[in-house]
Amino acid sequence: MATDTRVILICSGKGGVGKTTLTANLGISLARQGLTTAVLDADFGLRNLDLLLGLENRIVYTAQEVLEEECRLDQALVKHKQESNLSLLPAGNPRMLDWLKPDDMKRIVEMLKEQFNYVLIDCPAGVEDGFKNAMAASQEAIVVTNPEVSAVRDADRVIGLLNTNSIKPVQLVLNRVRPKMMANQEMLSIDDVTDILALPLLGLVLEDEQVIVSTNRGEPLTLNSLNSPAAKCYLNIAKRLQGEDIPLIDPAEESSGLGAKFRRLMQTKIF
Amino acid sequence: MAMTLRDIINKLLRRQPASASTARERLQLVLAHDRSDLSTELLDQMRKEILEVVAKYVEIDVDEGAVSLETEDRMTALVANLPIKRTMTGQIKLKEPKNESEENSQQTAGTDQNS
Repeated sequence: MATDTRVILICSGKGGVGKTTLTANLGISLARQGLTTAVLDADFGLRNLDLLLGLENRIVYTAQEVLEEECRLDQALVKHKQESNLSLLPAGNPRMLDWLKPDDMKRIVEMLKEQFNYVLIDCPAGVEDGFKNAMAASQEAIVVTNPEVSAVRDADRVIGLLNTNSIKPVQLVLNRVRPKMMANQEMLSIDDVTDILALPLLGLVLEDEQVIVSTNRGEPLTLNSLNSPAAKCYLNIAKRLQGEDIPLIDPAEESSGLGAKFRRLMQTKIF
Repeated sequence: MAMTLRDIINKLLRRQPASASTARERLQLVLAHDRSDLSTELLDQMRKEILEVVAKYVEIDVDEGAVSLETEDRMTALVANLPIKRTMTGQIKLKEPKNESEENSQQTAGTDQNS
């Protein structure tokens, strides 16, 4: 039984920035560190966490049946095949909408807290009821964003709501970073995003084609492809969550050679 | 605003500046408005009223006066920059309206957003 469970909301405002991929990879990484972890898919309308984890065929019950006492919690939890420390709980069934209330989420998270070190809540996109339900059950949050204007703007809305609801700490993950574009100043820099959103940076994730390959297979990168650029980033984020002091990757270092040296020269601030 | 070597070369060659700085500027502007929930019309009306109040006490250069929202570190501030020509008693006539007579009055409109 875990006493000091951390309940972390993973949210973004905008859809498609990488919430679910981050949730899946953090879940695997934390489980690998020996921490019992539950990932709760709060996006029951359009759930996808099961698919990324390769567990889509093993879901029998959801949190809804647990709350209605049609089954026990351990019957609804889907244990991961390779990482037995990781379990998935879908909040609900895509066919049934409109049953979930903030109190329901609180109740289910309280139950999960009795068994797990970490509860990661994969938040639906948007700032409406789905987000508010998920937030009601959370203590801290990770905001995922991309270095793009629309993603940063939506992240800003979400951060405002998290602040007014006393969720803390709120940390930032900057996803889909392209070092070459940043060096050419054709992409918002890491400093630009952290300055604008005024959040501590928990980590950045490099753009990586392998992410698509891993979702095709239903095997998160941190499970089998530890050498891929994004997998290293996810592992670092999981370690930092555990309080380890891991330095951030410098995107400028990621592109090497003469071209990169030239691009760095061009970034020199003159005045 | 910080300028990099690339910005200078782009300027010399009359090329478009790199898009990251455009993105940053557009974001800062749109977020200042998002965070305050103030529309441009409301802001404009507020600007007019503020100028009217200030004009009761000091003679100001209405054309030069600017009221804007600025945002830094999740703090949004209402910044009014009102160049004073002279006070109503007429005694103090400030000599260089462009520089020294500028009165910066800053008021914090909202501490953090979405309150």
